[in-house]
Amino acid sequence: MAVVLTPDSPHTLPDVDTPRAIVARPSGSDRIFRGILRGAGLVVLLITALILVFLILRSFSALQRSGFGFFTTPSFFPETSNQFGIAALLPDSALIAAIALVIAVPIGVATAIYISEYAPHVLRRPLIAVIDLMAAIPSIVYALWGLFFLMPRILGTDQWLAHHLGFIPFFHFTKADTIGSYVGAMFIAGIVVSLMVIPIITSISRQVFSQAPQGEREAAYALGSTRWGMIRTVVLPFGRAGIIGASMLGLGRALGETIAVTFILTPLTYAFSIHMLEGGGNSITAEIANFYTQYDSKGVAALLACGLVLFVATLIVNSFASIVVSRSRSGALTEAV
Amino acid sequence: MSESTETRAPRSRVAIAPIKAGRPDPQGSDGNRADASAPTAAPTVDPSPVEPRVRFNRTSSAGSATFIGAAGASLGLVWVVYERVLPLSGVLGFWITWYVLFLALYLVMARLQWDRLEARNRLRAVALGTGGVLVVFIVIDQVAYTLVKGSAAVTHLNFWTKSMAFAGPDSPMTVGGVLHAIVGSVEQLGLATLVSVPLGITAALFLAEIGGGLARVVRTIVEAMTALPDLVAGLFVYVTLILSLGVGKSGVCAAIAIGVTMMPIIARASEVVLRIVPGALREASYALGSSQWRTVWNVVLPTARSGLATAVVLAMARGIGETAPVLLVAGYTKEMNADPFSGPQTSLPLFIYNAVHILGTPAYVERGFGAGFVLVVVVLALFTIARRVGGSAPGELSKRQRRKLAREAAEI
Repeated sequence: MAVVLTPDSPHTLPDVDTPRAIVARPSGSDRIFRGILRGAGLVVLLITALILVFLILRSFSALQRSGFGFFTTPSFFPETSNQFGIAALLPDSALIAAIALVIAVPIGVATAIYISEYAPHVLRRPLIAVIDLMAAIPSIVYALWGLFFLMPRILGTDQWLAHHLGFIPFFHFTKADTIGSYVGAMFIAGIVVSLMVIPIITSISRQVFSQAPQGEREAAYALGSTRWGMIRTVVLPFGRAGIIGASMLGLGRALGETIAVTFILTPLTYAFSIHMLEGGGNSITAEIANFYTQYDSKGVAALLACGLVLFVATLIVNSFASIVVSRSRSGALTEAV
Repeated sequence: MSESTETRAPRSRVAIAPIKAGRPDPQGSDGNRADASAPTAAPTVDPSPVEPRVRFNRTSSAGSATFIGAAGASLGLVWVVYERVLPLSGVLGFWITWYVLFLALYLVMARLQWDRLEARNRLRAVALGTGGVLVVFIVIDQVAYTLVKGSAAVTHLNFWTKSMAFAGPDSPMTVGGVLHAIVGSVEQLGLATLVSVPLGITAALFLAEIGGGLARVVRTIVEAMTALPDLVAGLFVYVTLILSLGVGKSGVCAAIAIGVTMMPIIARASEVVLRIVPGALREASYALGSSQWRTVWNVVLPTARSGLATAVVLAMARGIGETAPVLLVAGYTKEMNADPFSGPQTSLPLFIYNAVHILGTPAYVERGFGAGFVLVVVVLALFTIARRVGGSAPGELSKRQRRKLAREAAEI
């Protein structure tokens, strides 16, 4: 913990005593200890590098085969054709993730504010426990729940949305209007994924909110602020970067979610459509999970190329998120050892 | 505490509420009275000698009654409108309509009693609290749904003692079980924990205790890997061990894949806990002449023990439910395979995946829910252990500790 001694008054003479630099020479055992710790850190980097290197190596043949068309071709039949790509899979994944975030960010942040600012002390710990439990529930349970519990119950709402909000492109419905054609839509997958993202956003935001300085909170109250006024002017600005970072981590999770998406989506064609209420749709993860056993080595290489895209995309999103958090004021507090 | 280093003045704008006569009571449960007495009370000094303590979390009977009244009234109204007047269907739509109406009614009822600012303040509190209620409801619903649907399968004894080796796609519940998947899950989780816990905690110590430029890079990567798609961990093991080294699909491959996903979770959660260990404790240890590793071993780790245990057990709860990595590298078998080092090995999530997504016959779906039952129970058990072992969240004091602190503060 860095203790910064600032002079009491700004009029102090310039030749104040500067703190002596402390030089610590680690002993032999300490040097080994620090070596081990550093080694563990390097192993983490090594694993990440290995993932990248091996995915590139193994997917190289597929990327070579399809060339730049990998990013512009929507259809994906890597065994029979050299023209295959992720132009439909990646937007589908992104759309599902976007649906998930649109639902999860408001709910997650609201819950975080409620837990850190409003909830009575008796409720606070149980609520935190429930959020943690929500993060711990396996994705396959979400998938079962989404497929067998949520899907039958949401179809009516889907139909209502299509009928009454159909003028919005996202809710537009072009297929035959039977309840069955709403089954397996990206919208439903997005909802289930949003439930997995909520605990991530909530727990990170809550931690950041609870670090908001007590002095500033009390200052806001002392100036006559209401509770919400205090939250709006102290807690939220303090935690803004935390919310952004948490949302981006949630985005990474949503992009990479496999099982629930695979269970719920019923892939029909490789064509990206923003009509998210219609059955059909696909995602990178579902594609990999569905076809990795059926494809020969050419096909597997193409799937690995998909995995590589997914990995790079999430790595960029997540790294950016953690940089945003650590650059922020709230992150800077935790940075100082 | 970190507040001591906080020297900057608050730069935030502050919403100033029209609070009368220096009564710092933003809750304003007696809004009408304050309004009435405002003009006369303004110049006088508060006659009471002891300023009453302002409590923010006070609930009043009027507040509760408003809440319950609005909830009940909107429920009734929605029932009439939604079920009778409008030709709508869908449970979800019903509750969404109810919620919107509830907020509207609550605002109206609050506005009847309190001034505009106070009513809006209360509305926001209720709206924010909905998030918490919703989350609790969803968790309970998921757990209960899986337990109820799974209870049909788990009541048969053979479900726990047999594998699926002799069961066909439509065999009744009295044939076959998921013992092979339970064994596989336990072994894979054990191996994964063995790999990931030492690595994760050591990496966390590196981040928290040594720091520096390399640590910043590692932290960024660890945080990025926390949200690494679990499928990619599976692909990684698939590419390295199975495609490149020629290891067959087996339990140990699955364990490594699970370990890769658990490690960053442990590292990140542990680092957070290690950072909460007060710097003064470390400095005290150094001042007594301890070396760094002695300080870590005797001061930092014991102080953070509960948090570390929580991190590990929560990561285990995550690990046992991992499906995507196992899917690619464990293979699938109906038969019992207790040896994680050779041959395909099924785990519980993998069994569910195959039963529901690949096979999908009613009997298999029922068994899938049975396996989901087991999985949920295990996760709940691990979770409870994490809470028990971990005790309170790091930095959070129990009621008794808080009282003790208050007593000591009063003595000084």
